[in-house]
Amino acid sequence: MNFQAPIGLPLPRDRAKRLLAGRGQYVDDIQLPRMLHLAFVRSPYPHARIQSIDVTEAAAMPGVVRVVAEKDLADVTASWRGKHDLFPNLKAPEHHVLARGVARWQGEAVAAVVARTRAEAEDAAEQVIVDWEELPAVVEAEDALDAAAPLVHEEFGDNLAFSAEVTHGDTEAAFQDAHLVIERSFRFNRHTGVSLEPRGLIADYDPASVSLTVHQSHQTPHQQQDLYARLLDIPEQNVRVICPDVGGAFGLKHHLYPDELAACAVSKLLGRPVKYIADRLESFLADIHCRDHSVTARMAFTTEGDIIGMEVDDLFHAGAYSQYPRSSIAEGNQIIRLCGIPYRHEHYRAAVRMAYLNKSVLGHIRSVGHPIACAATEQLVDLGARQLGLDPVAIRRRAYLSDEDFPTTSPGGIALERLSFHGCLDRALERIDVEAFRREQSQLRTQGIHRGIGFATFVDLTAIGPEYYGEGGQHISAQETCLLRLEASGGIRCYTGATDQGQGIDTGIQQVVAGAIGTRVEDVKVNSGDSELCPVGGGSWGSRGAALAGEAALRAGRELRLNILNIAGVLLQKSAESLDIRESEVVDASSGASQMTLAEVAEVGHFRPYMVPDDVSADLTVTGRYASRDRMFLPANGLHVAILDVDTDTGLIAFQRYLVVHDCGRVLNPLLVEEQIRGGVVQGIGGAVYEEFIYDQAGYLCNGTLADYLVPMAAEMPDIEVEHLETPTTTSELGAKGAGEAGTTGAMGAVLNAVNDALTPFDVTLSEVPLTPPRILRALGKI
Amino acid sequence: MKAPDFAYIRPDSLDEAFAALAQYGDDARILAGGQTLMALQNLRMASVDVLVDINRIPDLSGIHEETDHIKIGALVRYTALEKYALIERHAPLLKDAVQFVAQPAIRNRGTIGGSLALGDPAAEMPACILALGAELELSAADGTRRVAADDFFLGLYETALRPDEILTAIYVPKARATQVYAIDEIVRRRGDFALAGLAISGDAVGSSLKSVRMAYFGVADRPILATSPMAILEGQSLTPAVIGKVREAVTGELDPPDDPATPAAYRRHLGGVLATRLLEKLS
Amino acid sequence: MTEAMKTAQIAFTVNGEAVEASVPVRRNLVDFLRNDLELTGSHVGCEHGVCGACTVLVDGAIMRGCLMLAVQADGCEIETIEGADESGRIAALQTAFHRRNALQCGFCTPAMLLTAAALLEQNGTPTRDEVRDYLSGNFCRCTGYQAIVDAVMDVAEAGV
Repeated sequence: MNFQAPIGLPLPRDRAKRLLAGRGQYVDDIQLPRMLHLAFVRSPYPHARIQSIDVTEAAAMPGVVRVVAEKDLADVTASWRGKHDLFPNLKAPEHHVLARGVARWQGEAVAAVVARTRAEAEDAAEQVIVDWEELPAVVEAEDALDAAAPLVHEEFGDNLAFSAEVTHGDTEAAFQDAHLVIERSFRFNRHTGVSLEPRGLIADYDPASVSLTVHQSHQTPHQQQDLYARLLDIPEQNVRVICPDVGGAFGLKHHLYPDELAACAVSKLLGRPVKYIADRLESFLADIHCRDHSVTARMAFTTEGDIIGMEVDDLFHAGAYSQYPRSSIAEGNQIIRLCGIPYRHEHYRAAVRMAYLNKSVLGHIRSVGHPIACAATEQLVDLGARQLGLDPVAIRRRAYLSDEDFPTTSPGGIALERLSFHGCLDRALERIDVEAFRREQSQLRTQGIHRGIGFATFVDLTAIGPEYYGEGGQHISAQETCLLRLEASGGIRCYTGATDQGQGIDTGIQQVVAGAIGTRVEDVKVNSGDSELCPVGGGSWGSRGAALAGEAALRAGRELRLNILNIAGVLLQKSAESLDIRESEVVDASSGASQMTLAEVAEVGHFRPYMVPDDVSADLTVTGRYASRDRMFLPANGLHVAILDVDTDTGLIAFQRYLVVHDCGRVLNPLLVEEQIRGGVVQGIGGAVYEEFIYDQAGYLCNGTLADYLVPMAAEMPDIEVEHLETPTTTSELGAKGAGEAGTTGAMGAVLNAVNDALTPFDVTLSEVPLTPPRILRALGKI
Repeated sequence: MKAPDFAYIRPDSLDEAFAALAQYGDDARILAGGQTLMALQNLRMASVDVLVDINRIPDLSGIHEETDHIKIGALVRYTALEKYALIERHAPLLKDAVQFVAQPAIRNRGTIGGSLALGDPAAEMPACILALGAELELSAADGTRRVAADDFFLGLYETALRPDEILTAIYVPKARATQVYAIDEIVRRRGDFALAGLAISGDAVGSSLKSVRMAYFGVADRPILATSPMAILEGQSLTPAVIGKVREAVTGELDPPDDPATPAAYRRHLGGVLATRLLEKLS
Repeated sequence: MTEAMKTAQIAFTVNGEAVEASVPVRRNLVDFLRNDLELTGSHVGCEHGVCGACTVLVDGAIMRGCLMLAVQADGCEIETIEGADESGRIAALQTAFHRRNALQCGFCTPAMLLTAAALLEQNGTPTRDEVRDYLSGNFCRCTGYQAIVDAVMDVAEAGV
């Protein structure tokens, strides 16, 4: 089906203009009358009992209004458990807004100071006297799962939070007979999202109207509205969550954070607005962490390079609690279902064991478990190729699922409609002459320059359906609704349940609406992020905006178009079918001649409705809704190719070239999608080369500032070529799949493979990320 | 992280600054460029009760040529070091070093004096001063004294500066016609503090090197001269054999600290790599 | 000033306007600009000088607003993104950024614009590597930097 412009055009974003002028409005830019500021007292220990908290001195400090501990908020807010009904064996501990009795991770908030200014709140926080009793801490999953390990949560009797296994066929038998079995142990190290704007909110509780208004840097206003209403016992229709401009989110900001809930609770207690902005030190400790896994994986091959099967054991180093509302299982759950997915294979066994640790809570950051599944799979494929004397392209050619294999369900249990593995590889090979590269590689090696190429094939599970959350007992909207309103002057207001933290979904929806109705794109204004004004939706996460909100917008647009043409038809005494809307005018469909303006239609619709018969559909305010059915995920796919140099003297990596060939179905706006991919790649390079949390033996964080937690900066990053294929999904009309995480999903695998390819002459294989210089040089035996 | 409560004083002259130091003693700290001190204040890692802001004191931010030296005022900003013709002509090592220091916005405000008075072991300026055999002018109410770079850096963030003294100028010997110099550092990202760095200064006489000074940074608790490698180089030509011996001596002599992110062995190894790279460049 | 004080009277110009205020000496420049003058276009990302989001101009040179005290700006000329925008001096960069989608969440953008403008003032014909170098102190998590480099190069090549 053809969609008319501006759907598919690379249009720049309206929202960007304000931001370019310094007129963005982020949460910390907002001041409310009588607003107070919050600072927390946080546990310096990974595990400690709180014997007592003395707030007397702190409460007497200048500017301080109140100092609270958990007992002061126990009647103000409920506690919660990060359960998931689809995974009943997940042990979900009770989680309180401030630590109750025991602090279980370094950085857990145990008290909160409310003061006139943040500086005064911090001054007073230093004067809160906590009598700590240090407790033994567990900081590695192997230790945590030992029978004699100290318990993170007494109520469970052990630290095994969750386990699951997926099997298909019989790997034990199949591997025994296999010609070649490759086994590797991988270590993926813990890191985090690092949005430039830290988390923050202003909670404003009004006791007179029993209402709560929250301005929050967040991805999911409706979800937060629901959570705050239930936890704080405020009627939901009186809770409003507004997400203004958000300075980056990447999954960080779709969780419920106890410290943010504490701000709401304190506001409810005091009846005044309370602002809490996490500073950078707090962010490193208290933001959701991610990607902390020890994975052992095996892949079995035939002599010709067919993949017989794969086995995966994931030891998942989680944190002290299960995140809320989605629970913390997702990384592990996705890893065990996604390994091997691009390849034809019969036999599969993947298991995860997730351990609670005395560390920051682990949750969802961009791509969730995908980069790990991709990296482990793609490295084994490369190693298999090497052993069999095949090149990495040839082995993939042979083993990729092809058109005739679809639709299928992967051995990991994921339903796949047609994907384009071969198509992406074809396109990549058009852009990169691999044979020429190999010649150049040999040449450079003689000069001591070690250049390598790495391929990483990925599948991204996008646009998660309601079966996952609804069945899971979680109040997360996986559907979308779009509300359109034709104004009297002919312009269109659009309200969407999706949210925009810079990805540009506002613009994408603007294009869909304009395209569906026939208006000029500049006549459509998209509003998002306000749980009171926007129809119930899921916000943005898991690459869902285009696929879900776009489809809802398409339906709403179609309906509004019909109603406009109905009114016009009545006024012009013509059939609605003989009319069309082009460039914001009602025209004759065959000749294109202008018949009337949208303003003229709207004027009648709003102010002279008697001119249209009652039985004609003529609403100029319409909603369109889209809920996917019978598909839990919407898989997209692609291929990353990284070319880089490894300096074997210093261990430093220098990128030479980077290509992503990507298939996200219909592309609403290539300009936006490409930049999402580029940003995603660089964030993925972060995890592959730079980012990790470093702890000492006792479990204390050693690198919690931006000076020593390394994020990618401009000078080291490559230019990134992006190519699109479009294999639309058949499950929706628009055919769009998600795109936001694709860049991050494949980067780790591509970089790992490229480094190992570069180091082939040295007969080493690296399987731990980030690929820091000491790790590289240690593998080379130089240190 | 908001800075803690402190008091501030901005003297208009050195005398006023000395008086402030005398009045507030241990509670006071000199504020120059602030690119390190203000960060520490914000992180609540420096317990300073009184900041003595010397940025407005005249005569501390010029660069003057003397017979054998260039006198660099302590408040000269990094950006100025890059631009001044006198530096390019007479102390080109410093100009080369500036490109490694942080980023433009930091360089516009940070000062050479601030860097030296702090003595961060991974900073470029202290090592350059050591390599150039410069002298530091330390002023107090009762007069000034000069301390050789060799005697200035005493330990981790510990210098010869007394609590009542202010670093007011740096005297760098003017580059001789025979001078050769080089600086390089190994970093994960542009502008980071060096994992390891090396500044070399010496004289090329014929085909051999004399009076070589190799000042390492990032590999100890302060910038250090690699004395046994320097002894090996003295009077020698930069042949591969000599360079090899120097590298061995470097890795034998360096004893870097261990930290969770960067093992000592890695810094020691980098010390050798830097020696090889810079000496090959000079040869 | 001869007595150590906790509050100070300051007078300086911000975006061409004269400002007088009494400030706690511990308040840094970017917090003062944002909270006291409501110039919220400069942002706070780390408060230790690394991320660059707080970049403003002091007497014509880019500096970290989090590493200067408001009291230190006494007598200086400060320019923020609001002033640069209203004066029109970064219009070409803003247009190029917009066209190239060189910003997503926009949080790093004011600082990127001011820093890029400072580069082009110094060097009107930078290479891509020189642009990356100059921007190496400005953290962006959204764009991956390439589109920003593209936009700056567009402006440089247009010779505006």
